[in-house]
Amino acid sequence: MTRAVIVGAGIVGAACAEALTRHGVDVVVVDRNPVGSGTTSRGEGNILVSDKGPGAELALAQLSRRAWLEVGDLLGRERIELEEKGGVVVARTGAGLDSLHAFAEGQRAAGVTALDVADPLALEPHLAPDIPGAVHYPEDMQVQPVLAAAELLAAAVDRGATFRGGLDAHAAVTDSDGSVSGIRAASGEVLEADVVINAAGTWGGEVSERLGAPVPVLPRRGFILVTEPLPPLVRHKVYSADYVDNVGSSDAGLETSCVVEGTRRGTILIGASRERVGFDTSLSVTVVETLARQAVTIFPFLARVNLLRVYRGFRPYCPDHLPVIGPDPRAPGVIHACGHEGAGIGLAAGTARLVSDYVTGGLTATTAGEWAALLPDRFAGLNKEARQQA
Amino acid sequence: MSTTDVLLIGAGPAGLACAATILAHSDLSVVVLDAGHGPGGQYWRQPAPAAGPNALVPGELADLHHDQTTFAELLQEVQRGRAEGRLELRSEQHVWSLVPVGDGYAAHTVDRAGGPSRTAGSTTRARAVLVATGAYDRALPFPGWDLPGVMTVGGLQALLKAGGVAAGRRVAIGGTGPFLLPVAAGLARRGSTVVGVYEANRPTLWLREARAVARNPAKLGEGAGYAGTLIRHRVPVRTGRMIVAAHGTDRVEAVTVARLDRAGRPVVGSEHRLAVDAVGVGWGFTPQLDLAVTLGVDRRPDVAGTEVVAVDDLQRTSRPGVYAAGEVCGVGGAALAVAEGTLAGAAIVADLGRGAAPESLVRQGRRSVDRLRGFADAILRAHPVPAGWADRLEPQTVVCRCEEVSYAAVRAAIDERGAGDARQVKQLTRTGMGWCQGRVCGYAAGLLTCGAPGPAVERLVSAPVPLGALADAAAGSDD
Ligand SMILES: Cc1cc2nc3c(=O)[nH]c(=O)nc-3n(C[C@H](O)[C@H](O)[C@H](O)COP(=O)(O)OP(=O)(O)OC[C@H]3O[C@@H](n4cnc5c(N)ncnc54)[C@H](O)[C@@H]3O)c2cc1C
Ligand SMILES: Cc1cc2nc3c(=O)[nH]c(=O)nc-3n(C[C@H](O)[C@H](O)[C@H](O)COP(=O)(O)OP(=O)(O)OC[C@H]3O[C@@H](n4cnc5c(N)ncnc54)[C@H](O)[C@@H]3O)c2cc1C
Repeated sequence: MTRAVIVGAGIVGAACAEALTRHGVDVVVVDRNPVGSGTTSRGEGNILVSDKGPGAELALAQLSRRAWLEVGDLLGRERIELEEKGGVVVARTGAGLDSLHAFAEGQRAAGVTALDVADPLALEPHLAPDIPGAVHYPEDMQVQPVLAAAELLAAAVDRGATFRGGLDAHAAVTDSDGSVSGIRAASGEVLEADVVINAAGTWGGEVSERLGAPVPVLPRRGFILVTEPLPPLVRHKVYSADYVDNVGSSDAGLETSCVVEGTRRGTILIGASRERVGFDTSLSVTVVETLARQAVTIFPFLARVNLLRVYRGFRPYCPDHLPVIGPDPRAPGVIHACGHEGAGIGLAAGTARLVSDYVTGGLTATTAGEWAALLPDRFAGLNKEARQQA
Repeated sequence: MSTTDVLLIGAGPAGLACAATILAHSDLSVVVLDAGHGPGGQYWRQPAPAAGPNALVPGELADLHHDQTTFAELLQEVQRGRAEGRLELRSEQHVWSLVPVGDGYAAHTVDRAGGPSRTAGSTTRARAVLVATGAYDRALPFPGWDLPGVMTVGGLQALLKAGGVAAGRRVAIGGTGPFLLPVAAGLARRGSTVVGVYEANRPTLWLREARAVARNPAKLGEGAGYAGTLIRHRVPVRTGRMIVAAHGTDRVEAVTVARLDRAGRPVVGSEHRLAVDAVGVGWGFTPQLDLAVTLGVDRRPDVAGTEVVAVDDLQRTSRPGVYAAGEVCGVGGAALAVAEGTLAGAAIVADLGRGAAPESLVRQGRRSVDRLRGFADAILRAHPVPAGWADRLEPQTVVCRCEEVSYAAVRAAIDERGAGDARQVKQLTRTGMGWCQGRVCGYAAGLLTCGAPGPAVERLVSAPVPLGALADAAAGSDD
């Protein structure tokens, strides 16, 4: 029986554990902290196709969306608060609407359902009346990330997997031929494995170095605003169209373009900023004020609503803004599954599919096809430079 | 935006003492921001203007505002500073964030004076800042604690101090710690029948702390004063007892009190029921650390495991330019807060190179702090939360009132999903995600998961702020 050690019990590690145990793999998940307590607990639970242009990431998002629906049926949608809520992207200017329409056109060609909305107020009655137009993406969904991670892990444990909390993966156990045959914990304990999966999220860069297969994963800070609970006033996930431009950008400076959505408990989430400031945990008042201002522009009623809470997280990103998924030729036995940036929740279920295919032999680096763009060998020679930049 | 040399956050005993010291021994300018209606903090709480012309004037509440002489002296100093244009005291200003800017700090504030619809934001910058935000009282859930009429002892006391009104005619007081007594005494003096004070711990614990008590005769005198009042009003004080349930339909009508065994567990069969129309329960205090945690200053656990701000012998935190005094450095009463505030003032004038407080003042302050801190630690050790506090919780007992999370749901997160701390319980059940942001239920969540309060919670926003006020500030900064 194949034995896999998964480093990281975030949404990605938990999803991998669930998928691998489905195929009879003997799984041990290790995390130095509780399940889902890393970046998974610091974001929103958007499962989006709307924000991605054609390419490998969109393809993964589409695979992942289907995989999430299956996971929902398996675990119970209610238990993980999986909801097919749909998203509405609103343009704030006429020019913005034109580029939004062009973007949507490209997505449609890639199989995304993107519906032009002539009367945004019919979909979202409390929008600012001067919004010129919008595109409706009925495929966008949401999930509660920590619940989902906990339930995925529990499902894996039910099938015989082991979870080792409080365990720091310190180093690789390496054979004479350079292949990795397990990990060594900070305590000295050795866990043997046929494959080691690097699902350490924002710390995936550090773990990859410990495994002798460095990939560049850097932190990108984001803040999210949470309001007091209200009666339901926002029906979909509502994004301002500039979101589309921000996601793919590598500008180091602050980017905000807000995403407004109501939660089941009535609070409204306003996300999210993007900044490359390392692991700086301090509060940026400018970010909070800017997000508030953008939200109030889209939904004027929010001006009278209280902000209750702000939270922050560090998205794991690779320099080319694509996750790194697949076997690492420099350290046979190591499979990466990290660097999902602001889409790790959405992409987790699909990532788990790919990882389980790589483990069980259904997929190899040479047969990766459209997923080849996500393989770690794209970083050959790039590592040092990227690390210096960080 | 306004700029000052020194910014003091909190106008309680600690903040006022710091202000007075700075005014007396330097030429520094000072701004004091406080969320309350007037200076004084928890200890010298002012009646709300909303209480109207019939509210009692502070003088009539003298028995509730101890040590009026100190308060009067501090206020006089503050008034003088105001008259000289060196001090600005801004009440109803809630600081929602305190962040480093350049070589100083900026406090972002919401103005509560205009009412909810007229809230505006403002910013104050300073080179040095004192965090003197005090503490809030601790609640633990029990069946019926969410009925109207059930409050924290702090809530009962605040009602008395702010409006001079008692919360009920027949009141039961429970929990642990010396603050139960003044609250009971205050209620009794205002004509309420206090059916009993149920102190969970037993006085024998005090014997072990004889040294600290002996060094603080004044404190004993204070306690004796309350005891006298309680005896006069025939208020029974029962130790080793706990209120295990409140009963009623629309509001509280009765409580059940049980005896605790040596291990601190309610004894089956010891229960008795009492008719009441109000209940006050207090399990000590949690320091208000939101601003300090977000700034990232070092903390340390107190003798009961609660995180408090770590300071040196002149109240400096680990961050240059940031000072802390009063309950944020550990709960210990008003006299300790005054002594710490004085030391912080001395440190600030010295560190900014704009004066010097007399040696003797500093020496005396330090002696007081040592002595009073020892006393405070003794109190904490003698008044632990009993081990069996959760024994009588029922599956449907609400733990988080804002989000309506039941004890059963919290237990499931712990027992079935392995939640090992309050944060994980929050992530899995929403406990602490509501209006109070875990200020009410966070302590219970910590005790239920790991038997300890756990690390201080990070709250990047320390008070609710209307998005409109933030949006206006963003618009303003573009100009
Ligand atoms: C503000 C913000 C908003 C976001 N919004 C969304 C959204 O709406 N939709 C979406 O899809 N994504 C969103 N994201 C991104 C998403 O949260 C992340 O991509 C995702 O959580 C990454 O999951 P993960 O499992 O890879 O990492 P994590 O959840 O961080 O898990 C990694 C785990 O590895 C553990 N670990 C690290 N090193 C070690 C070691 N040496 N030994 C043992 N364990 C180790 C950590 O403790 C951690 O638990 C957002 C992120 C932020 C910050
Ligand atoms: C019920 C009760 C009974 C007590 N009885 C006694 C007693 O008998 N003897 C005794 O010695 N002590 C007693 N105390 C304790 C005493 O009140 C405190 O020790 C003392 O007030 C602590 O002073 P401080 O300056 O640290 O904080 P506080 O007096 O609490 O002052 C803190 C101030 O900071 C303000 N503040 C907090 N956060 C912010 C913010 N973000 N922005 C702006 N302002 C903010 C608050 O509004 C408050 O005015 C009692 C307390 C309570 C609650």
